[in-house]
Amino acid sequence: MHPAPSVIIFTSLSGLGFGLIFFLGFAMPEVTGWSAFWYYFVAFALSVGGLLASVGHLKNPKNAIHAFSQWQTSWLSREGVMSVLTLVLVAAYAIGLIFFSTRIGWLGWLGAVMALITVFTTSKIYNQLKTVPRWAMPITPGLFLTYALSGGALLAGQVETAAILLIVLTLMQIAAWQMGDKAFGAAGSTIESATGLGNLGKVRLLESPHSSPNYLMKEMVHVVGRKHSQKLRWIAGITLGLVPAALLLLLPLTYPLALVAVVSHLVGLFAARWLFFAEAEHVVGLYYDKR
Amino acid sequence: MTALPAQTEKKLGLAIDLDTCVGCHACVINCKEWNTSNYGAPLSDKDAYGAEPMGTFLNRIHTYEAKQEGCNAQTVHFPKSCLHCDDAPCVTVCPTGASYKRQEDGIVLVNEDRCMGCGLCAWACPYGARELDQEAGVMKKCTLCVDRIYNENLPEEDRTPACVRTCPAGARHFGDFNDPESNVSKMSAERGGLALMAEQGTAPVNRYLPPRPKTDTGAGNKIDLLAPYLDPMEEKAGGFLGWLDKALEKI
Repeated sequence: MHPAPSVIIFTSLSGLGFGLIFFLGFAMPEVTGWSAFWYYFVAFALSVGGLLASVGHLKNPKNAIHAFSQWQTSWLSREGVMSVLTLVLVAAYAIGLIFFSTRIGWLGWLGAVMALITVFTTSKIYNQLKTVPRWAMPITPGLFLTYALSGGALLAGQVETAAILLIVLTLMQIAAWQMGDKAFGAAGSTIESATGLGNLGKVRLLESPHSSPNYLMKEMVHVVGRKHSQKLRWIAGITLGLVPAALLLLLPLTYPLALVAVVSHLVGLFAARWLFFAEAEHVVGLYYDKR
Repeated sequence: MTALPAQTEKKLGLAIDLDTCVGCHACVINCKEWNTSNYGAPLSDKDAYGAEPMGTFLNRIHTYEAKQEGCNAQTVHFPKSCLHCDDAPCVTVCPTGASYKRQEDGIVLVNEDRCMGCGLCAWACPYGARELDQEAGVMKKCTLCVDRIYNENLPEEDRTPACVRTCPAGARHFGDFNDPESNVSKMSAERGGLALMAEQGTAPVNRYLPPRPKTDTGAGNKIDLLAPYLDPMEEKAGGFLGWLDKALEKI
């Protein structure tokens, strides 16, 4: 799949923002006034910024308002509805903290749970697609949730929780890569099942329907991005969780150190999310004898 | 609502005969011609005369080669357009309600006045039947020429999809798969009509009629009806060369 910057930024930043909202909702850390303002400023900048980036993916954004209408059937619509509901609710909770130094406990908890449900709906947009076996694996929603929780814990300054979650995240991500490498084969779609010509022998594409790449190939048969996938896996696997966890656990905590941990996590997050798209193979590629 | 109808009254679709398709792309051109000037936004082309032309098409022809060990290869021309699936994943993923499947005849359509061009339906389709128009920013797909098949302003013989009407080989057939007596149902039953990528669970309506067994592939049946006529003719030289040839043969 084409690793479009809009969807990479959308899924990674909004996940991070909702992860931070989760911990803030449980008063971890317990903040009011200006410090609450800055925490929520970061949380909203990430989640709203991510959602706005997703609008950049639309080719006809004037009809975007209709995206809130199909929540009964569509995960993308559910994601839109849930993110707006969560942000409105959390804004009310944050206003209480910032301006009135009042913590409405139940509102915080509700916002936290809704933030996680929002991340779940984001993961389902991809996880629901049987056409992309690497995304259709049962681990995908759990992986997205662990990304949000570990990144959120890191931003919320929950040192021990963040370190444990970051290590869990790294292990889950490595497992997802390894399972993902076998997913396409296990799904059972081949050029023979795609064309129904298997009983005539081994099938290959003799002539393409068009002389240069079309929308389908640019969007779904993205081979270029996989060139450096092994190197990127190493980079992501180390910077995502191991470096930040080591810094948090082994060295005395200072602000510059925390910043290095966050930057390292971001590098790993973007590299892994790039791979999430670039390595995902769509079954339509079979019609082009490509994956 | 982008929920699928529990069942549809008719199941309109195509039976595509892979045995007779000659790969001439006439259906591609007639499809583009009809659909660029009728239902919804035109089918745009980008950089049409440049180095990398790209355009929106609702119907494409791939050409495949199938080969068994020790046999000659076979060429199969393979037209592909929307299969109007019973369990269409492109419809249920749509967040805006732009994609829908009609209860009365099973045709899957896009309401372009609601489409926001997110492209998720194209991701959900295993067949590559949907293309996002780069000019209009809305999703385009085969409408089964919904604006022809019920169009009383057209002569009756023209009330079939443009691809079917134009096919010079008679490889594309249009009809109701819900009616066991329809042309397409009978043809599909007789020839063992195939559903593409059945493992995807989309329950496509369109059926592909597999190529009939060939006699000259060297597989199984070794009888080759044309072989005696295709043997290379013996070249007979005359005059001095003929004499030389015979003389040398005798040595």
